[in-house]
Amino acid sequence: MTTLTKNKVTDLALGQVPSFNSFQQLRENAQSFLRDKGLPGPKEEEYKFTSISKKLEQSISDFSPANTINLSLDRVKSNIFEGFDGDIIVFNNGHFEAELSRFQAQPYELISLYSSSPENLGKIAKFERDPFVALNSVSFEHGISIKVGRNKKIEKPVLLLFFNQAHKGQVISPRVLIEVEENAEIIFLENSISLDEEPYFCNAVTEIKVAKNAHVHYDRLQNENKKAIIVNNFETDIHRDATFTSVVVSLSGDMLRNNLSLNLLDSGCEGNMYGLYLLDGKTHVDNHTNVDHTKPHAESNELYKGVLADRSRGVFNGKIFVRQDAQKTNAFQQNNNILLSEDATINTKPQLEIWADDVKCSHGCTTGQLDEEALFYLQARGIGKIQAKGLLLYAFAGEVLEHISDKNFRNYLDSLVQERLGSSF
Amino acid sequence: MLTIKNLHASIEGNKILRGINLEVKPGEVHAIMGPNGSGKSTLASVLAGREEYEVTEGEVIFQGKDLLEMAPEDRAREGVFLAFQYPVEIPGVSTTNFLRTAVNQVREYRGLEPLDAVKFLSIMKEKMKLVEIDQKLMSRSLNEGFSGGEKKRNEIFQMAMLEPKLSILDETDSGLDIDALRIVSNGVNKLKSSETATIVVTHYQRLLDYIVPDFVHVLYNGRIVKSGTKDLALELEEKGYDWIKEEVNAASV
Repeated sequence: MTTLTKNKVTDLALGQVPSFNSFQQLRENAQSFLRDKGLPGPKEEEYKFTSISKKLEQSISDFSPANTINLSLDRVKSNIFEGFDGDIIVFNNGHFEAELSRFQAQPYELISLYSSSPENLGKIAKFERDPFVALNSVSFEHGISIKVGRNKKIEKPVLLLFFNQAHKGQVISPRVLIEVEENAEIIFLENSISLDEEPYFCNAVTEIKVAKNAHVHYDRLQNENKKAIIVNNFETDIHRDATFTSVVVSLSGDMLRNNLSLNLLDSGCEGNMYGLYLLDGKTHVDNHTNVDHTKPHAESNELYKGVLADRSRGVFNGKIFVRQDAQKTNAFQQNNNILLSEDATINTKPQLEIWADDVKCSHGCTTGQLDEEALFYLQARGIGKIQAKGLLLYAFAGEVLEHISDKNFRNYLDSLVQERLGSSF
Repeated sequence: MLTIKNLHASIEGNKILRGINLEVKPGEVHAIMGPNGSGKSTLASVLAGREEYEVTEGEVIFQGKDLLEMAPEDRAREGVFLAFQYPVEIPGVSTTNFLRTAVNQVREYRGLEPLDAVKFLSIMKEKMKLVEIDQKLMSRSLNEGFSGGEKKRNEIFQMAMLEPKLSILDETDSGLDIDALRIVSNGVNKLKSSETATIVVTHYQRLLDYIVPDFVHVLYNGRIVKSGTKDLALELEEKGYDWIKEEVNAASV
């Protein structure tokens, strides 16, 4: 793609931005940054394998912000998985919908970004980090901010449901700020649902502060329609003795880019990142993760696994920074892939920058086919070929699923994964 | 039960089997011996349906059905069992889960009700005694981190669970110490009946002290060049294979 089209996409995106009263300064700064930088072109190292701009140019004709669409309570209910009885926060094309949400007086505070402007918005997910964060910062409308006060343990998980439908394209810009204060605990679950098969561009930003000794779990399912283009910017600041765990399971979509950053800001904190992508058709999923060890005695664990069929494509890029101060760091990273077709592709790249000298860091990646010998062994015991394949792939994928914190959500994803692995793969 | 006629097979263009003929009847134990590279393991693999081998000529009839036409899983469901020379390690799949899937798929094929968890576990416990296998191994990933002896015992344990008609033991004795060999052979002997048959592929006569064969066949250059009783095995133990090679080579000149 030429610079011309790159600018064209940026201009289109910026030209359609509505006027706002709130967050004026943030929006202006993000806008001028975006005008200057533009959306990433093909030569941009960070987006080398995932040319979102080109994809947008091909698929999206309308860059105006998506309005809310008709969404019924029944529709919402039909997307709640079995056994779930926690709070539900509903987004309609990126707009928070209080009427369709369900709250049970759990001790946290939720405010709409429409009516208030929390000071920390944009402080964790800084727009300078990525043009898509900048784009979201310019154009988000009706997001939310969640605050969990000191020492509060939220007993039931909170489910965020994003319903998306944007005819002829259009841009959906969900924005979520979460602040979990000292010693607090909460589990978030997230699912995005396409309401039809038309393309849209969803450019989401989630920023999370995990304060001292707080514990946060965030598990996501990405199972949108085959034309959805998604950029997910997820940034967390993790403070002293706090833990944060992310699980992302990607099953469908046209092109997905997940930017996940863990900033380990103090000693004793721990960040965990798990990912599973099961891809078929021409689905393209790119997981870019970034963990920044800044202080001693912190730990990070990362495991991403992928099964790729048909003409699908996966990208994994895992950056680990260990700064000079961060002695006694433990950082582990692993990316394993199984390619089921000759036309499937994976680009995987670990990127370690270690400035401290007393650390334990390891990384590894493997890419291979399904183990034919193992397959034959199972068949030789009377297990049919399709089931045998499913059994082997499920054993491979299960290692990621077991990190999902909520049992019901895990069972739900487990059944989706088993169904996928037992059939088309 | 099993009739092999003029079986030829090759791998990547190399001819390995060059006309095997063998007849196995219910209740019989056949030992197949021979020097390295004579085609013993190839024969076992071809019977179990390993795809790398191409059958170029001949036929194999198992209980009236064309075995070579069947997928590996259907051969197993019909009652053919191969105890692997090198059992495969499968991380993430527990032995119990794997066996329950296998047993129930075999039962389904044979028109039997699937076993529920309770019934399955009680059968499993009973069969485990047969090969003195440790309960702890059952919940671990299949063969992962098992010792050589544990892997071979696990093979015989699986055989006990699947109740095959024809068992093919591919060098099950290789690498086993005497105690393990005794346990494995005991298991095999207890599973023998007048309706089942066993083919024992081995390098060593030692195994045949425990599993006593009705017939011993010597495989050389892809053919069965000599057949006899268990005395033939003793003779091979004493004299090695050279005299057989010489006989064969002299005959072909």
